[in-house]
Parts: sequence; structure tokens; C-alpha cells
Amino acid sequence: MDMSIALILGQDGITNGAIYALLALALVLVFAVTRVIFIQQGEFVAYGALTLAMMQSGATPATVWLLVAMGGLVTAFDGLKALKAGQMQRAGMVAGWNLAYPLALVAVLSALPVNELPLVLQVVLTLAIVVPMGPMMYRLMYQPIASAPVLILLIVSVALHIAMVGLGLLFFGAEGHRTPAFSELSFDLGPLMVTGQTIWVLVVSVLLIVALYQFFERTLYGKALRATAINRVGAQLMGISPALAGKLTFFLAAFIGALSGVLIAPITTIYYDTGFLIGLKGFVAAIIGGLASYPIAALGAIAVGLLEAFASFWASAYKEVIVFTLIIPVLLWRSLTSHHVEEEE
Amino acid sequence: MKLRHTLLAAISLAFAASAAHAEIKVGVVVSATGPAASLGIPERNTVALLPTTIGGEPVRYIVLDDASDTTTAVKNARKLVAEDKVDVLIGSTTSPASLAMIDVAAETSTPMISLAASARIVSPMDDKKRWIFKTPQNDQQMASAIVEHMTANNVKRVSFIGFANAYGEGWFEQFKKQAEEKGVELVANERFNPADTSVTGQALKLMAAKPDAVFIAGSGTPSALPQKTLRERGYKGPIYQTHGVANNDFLRICGKDCEGTLLPVGPVQMARSLDDSHPVKASALAYVEKYEAVHGEGSVSSFGAYAWDAGVLLEAAAPVALQVAKPGSAEFRSALRDALEGVKEVAGATGIYTMSADDHLGLDERSRVMIEIRNGTWSLLK
Repeated sequence: MDMSIALILGQDGITNGAIYALLALALVLVFAVTRVIFIQQGEFVAYGALTLAMMQSGATPATVWLLVAMGGLVTAFDGLKALKAGQMQRAGMVAGWNLAYPLALVAVLSALPVNELPLVLQVVLTLAIVVPMGPMMYRLMYQPIASAPVLILLIVSVALHIAMVGLGLLFFGAEGHRTPAFSELSFDLGPLMVTGQTIWVLVVSVLLIVALYQFFERTLYGKALRATAINRVGAQLMGISPALAGKLTFFLAAFIGALSGVLIAPITTIYYDTGFLIGLKGFVAAIIGGLASYPIAALGAIAVGLLEAFASFWASAYKEVIVFTLIIPVLLWRSLTSHHVEEEE
Repeated sequence: MKLRHTLLAAISLAFAASAAHAEIKVGVVVSATGPAASLGIPERNTVALLPTTIGGEPVRYIVLDDASDTTTAVKNARKLVAEDKVDVLIGSTTSPASLAMIDVAAETSTPMISLAASARIVSPMDDKKRWIFKTPQNDQQMASAIVEHMTANNVKRVSFIGFANAYGEGWFEQFKKQAEEKGVELVANERFNPADTSVTGQALKLMAAKPDAVFIAGSGTPSALPQKTLRERGYKGPIYQTHGVANNDFLRICGKDCEGTLLPVGPVQMARSLDDSHPVKASALAYVEKYEAVHGEGSVSSFGAYAWDAGVLLEAAAPVALQVAKPGSAEFRSALRDALEGVKEVAGATGIYTMSADDHLGLDERSRVMIEIRNGTWSLLK
């Protein structure tokens, strides 16, 4: 191994690590606010990438029908409740966001020649389809059991993960897809070959992390989420709705997942079940951060990316073993250094 | 009315057959549902096209689905032998199911023709496996095509990268053995997972060994990733793949990075472009035309051809056995086994079969051709 190989591996590791970092941040966020271990994070990555790919092949992405179905259910639950309580305005709002919006998306998708639109618009449409599934999923699956023990929430997550993978196979088929790169830019930097897509991944990751930081530090909603993460009951007493906090968190997580999918779709072939492994590596990073610390999780993600790149060079047959074994010393170290507090449920 | 006529015809036919006691019964087990369905369905479709009379005797095919499940395959085989009293078994689609069916066939002294790829189905030859035959090429035939092409094109040093599973491991064993015999040196040996999103590390290692060629042993679209990475990293030499990538999704994913890729396939996939002098052309084309007439242009696959060749073998062997005994008897089954073992130069869609006591596959180098991806499509190397 010489310097140039190390540099190339480092570049590869950091690019992958940036995606893992985004996913790790989303996992930490979701766990801190809702205590849900968000296993289906990876599926949002695959849904984002494959929805974009389907649009580019000229088909109406099947995910939009899932959105319509989920929106319909939410309307049925919340809309009827509001109607019974005589809150007409509220019922209208619910129906507008959960029924009219997905149907409007269907209309837009069938009216426009989506495969001829510029890439930016396709990405925006993809996010418009996939991201709202996050809050809807929270409303339908987690909100009714929001105070259940972590284990129950985890079981629900596993079930949703399996359901989403199955639906992914139905929507996108067994074969993989790749999308064209955001830019064909490519230049040499010493021994490194830097492509436009790599720069996109890194820049978007950094921007998103900065934006999240600003959101949590400067905005009322961000502070509300932080308050909920620190003390759920206390936040509720201060007038912060846990349902709103949950939906907002899932919105952010779905956004991060779908955007990561769109970013990596030109770099690698994405299959309906690719997301799980990517999500798991984000999970390893989140564990390094103890499912609590954002900066350590982000650094852990970069470490996972680098370890993966170098392991694939030195011992390719054992790459996954090496990456996932990393969890054991981390857990050991964490359990030795931190004082465990029994969670009171 | 039409239904009643058909029914009457069927009943009278059944009576006629039982009166003559000379119908050849073929029990077919295929995986028409489950994970192996994409292989089993063309096989089941092909059975409908197999000859309905052989040597003047009517042939009846009883097709059962094993749902890609080994236990069901064995159960089906037992049912076919015990209840339907079949003279010969065809199937099953997958290697594990075929291996499990060997016991049933040997116990009841029923010849069986497997449609699965594993070489272990017919080798090493023993008392049980003397009842078993198979039609698909072994990896060995495919690997020898690659090694031959390498030696003919002065490739001395090869970097290998394969799936980190049984597929990649099996190819590595087979390829290593043959390459060493022919003096081709393996200079790098790497693995990757079908679900990997990056193989940069492996690609660098493959290139660092300064090979004359790279061989990628993977199947389907995941096999495109190492090739794309190698080309991105500036590797300009030839790249070999296995027949596992010979589908159009691979071309779609790999795009221009796959121009010039070399791989072996069964002749049936290239039947139309084969030279008229190629020994398999006529027999492969016969199958392709018959299948596509029913199922549409471009629908043919090598899997259906395995089932077709089982029919071809029966057509060659059954007349010989018929001279010895009547169908439905143990003597006939035994004679059919001997006759299958004795087929010489029988042209099927997959290749030319010449069986012997030790070789119950009987295929040689005429059972595969080397092809190249040129202008985004498969083209035959002459």
C-alpha cells in the first residue's frame, strides 16, 4: 500500500461515511425524541433513490400510491375525530394535507412528462413523495403506542422494515437501478480522481448538518424537539405536543433518508433491499455515539466509512465482519465508562 | 359440447392406453413457484412442447410444482413413482432439490434427468448416482471456455474477484484449478457482497497486481459494480464475467463501462448468430423457434433448454429401451437407464451429449460459446 492508494481509499471512505453520518444523525434524533429505533431508515434511502430512478424511466413511481393510501388512513382517523368534535377547520386541514396533497401529486405526475423534467425538479418531486410518508408513518403506527416500552416500539420498527422491503420489491422489482450523476464534472487532484457526485455528497452532507444545528439552536420547533428529547413529560407540561414532536422528527428522518438515497443513486446500484445494510452502518455509527451524541455519531460514521474502505482493500472477504464487529469494543467501552440509569417506564 | 367431446376423447384415450399398457409415463418436478420460479417457469413451459410419441408409443407428462422447496420436491418424486408409476423422472430445477431426489430415484430404480447445474448431482459416480443424469453444463465447462480464451489471447496474469458466497467460491475453485493447469497465474483474489455499495478497495487491489485481465465471478446486476469501479479507476485491460450476467438488466445497469466484456454462455442464447457449421446450431434453433412461436420473440432462456434436452435424451434412449421391455415395468426402467448411459453424439439445444458410465452429463466444449458485449448488446466471438 502506498500513499496514493491510501488517499483513494480515504476519499472513498469519507464519501460513504458522509452518508452514514446523515443516517446516524437521523437515528439519534428519532431515538432521542421518540425512543423509536428507526430500523426502516434504510428503506427511505432505497425509496428515495428508486422513486427517482422510476421517474427517470418515464413511469409513475408506485410510491405515490402508497402515499395516497397512508394519507387516506390518516384522514380517516384524524379527520373523522375532528368532525365528531365539530372542528370543521381542523378536519379540513387534515384532509387537505393527507388526502388532497397526495392526490394533487398524482395529478402532477400524470400530467407532466416527468422523465423530461430537469433533474432538480425530479429530485424535488421525489422528496415530495417520499418525505411525507415519515410523519404519516408516525401518526399511523407509533402515535397510538407512543408511551409503550422501547422494546414494543422496536418490534413495530422491525415489522415496518419488513413491510417496506416487501412493498419495495412490489414497487420497484427485483432488479437494481442507477441514476445519472448530478454533474459530469471530474478532475484529478494528485493521485485522486474527484467526481462531481463526490463533491455533491460531501457538500450536501455538511450543509445539512449545519442546517440541522441551526434548526435545533435557533428555532422554536428545534428547541421544542430538544426539550422533548431531554424530558418528555416536562416538555409536555410546558405545552409541547409529543405528537407534533414525533411527526416533526419523522419528517426530518424521512427527509434525510430520501435525500441520502438521491445522493448515492448515481454512485452505486440501488436495489429494493439495499437500504437495510446502509441503514445498519449508520446504526453502528449511532451506537458509537451512544444513540445520544450527534458529534460522536457523525465522527463514528466517518470512522465506519474509512474502516470499510480499508477493510475492503486488506481483507475483502471479511469486510462486513470487520465493520460490524466494531460494535463490540464500542459497547464494552461504553458500558464501562457510562453510568447506566434504569429507564423508568 | 366441446368440453364433453374433449372429455370423451380423454376417457377413451385413457382406456386405449391402459388396454395397450404401453404408455411411457414421465414424471416432471419443476420449481414453477417460489424463489427459483424464473428458472422453473420456462422449464414447465418447455415440457408442454416435448414429443408426445416416442418410438411409436404415446408419452404422458405429469408435471408437479415443488415451490422451490427441497422437501416438496422429494415428496413429489415419491408420489410420481409410487402412485403414477412413472418410467422416468425429470427435475428438479434447483441443485439442492435434485440432490435430495437422488435417493428416491435410486431406491425405486427409476432413471432421473436433473435440470440443475451442480456437478455433484452426477459426480462422483456411485451406486445411487448411476440412475441420475443431468442436462445443464457444469461450471467446469464454462470456466474452461474462459481459460481457453485467456490462453489464446496471451493473458498470463489474472486478478479474480467473486461474490462472497457459494457462487463466487465455486467459481474460484473451478477457475483456479483450470488456470493453473494452463499456466495462467492468479495474481489477486478478492471478494465482494452482492449488496455492496462500494468496491473501490478491492478494485485498487486487483489493479495493483498489474494483471493482464480481470475475471469477475458474480451473477446479475450486482456484478456490474466491480466492472464500473475498475473502469472509473482507469483500468483498460480486458474484463471477463460469467454466464450469470447474461441478461438485459446487466446491460442496462452497466452501460458503456461494459463494452468489450467477455463471457461464456450456452449456445441456445446465441442460436440465431451461430455459424451454420456449428454442431449445435440446428438443434438449438429448433428449440428456440418452437418456444418463441408459443411464448413470443426473445422469450427463450437457457433454463427451458435444459428441459428440452431432457426430452431430446428421452427421444434418443426410449426407442432402444422399448426393444427390451414394455413401459411400466422395472425391466423397462433399467433398460432406459442403460440406453441413456449409451447415448452418443445426441444434439440438444445446450450441446452435444455423449454419455458414459462415468459421465452422466456428457457435454463437451461444444456446450458453450464465448460472447462479447459490443455496442450495448451480446455478440458472438468467432
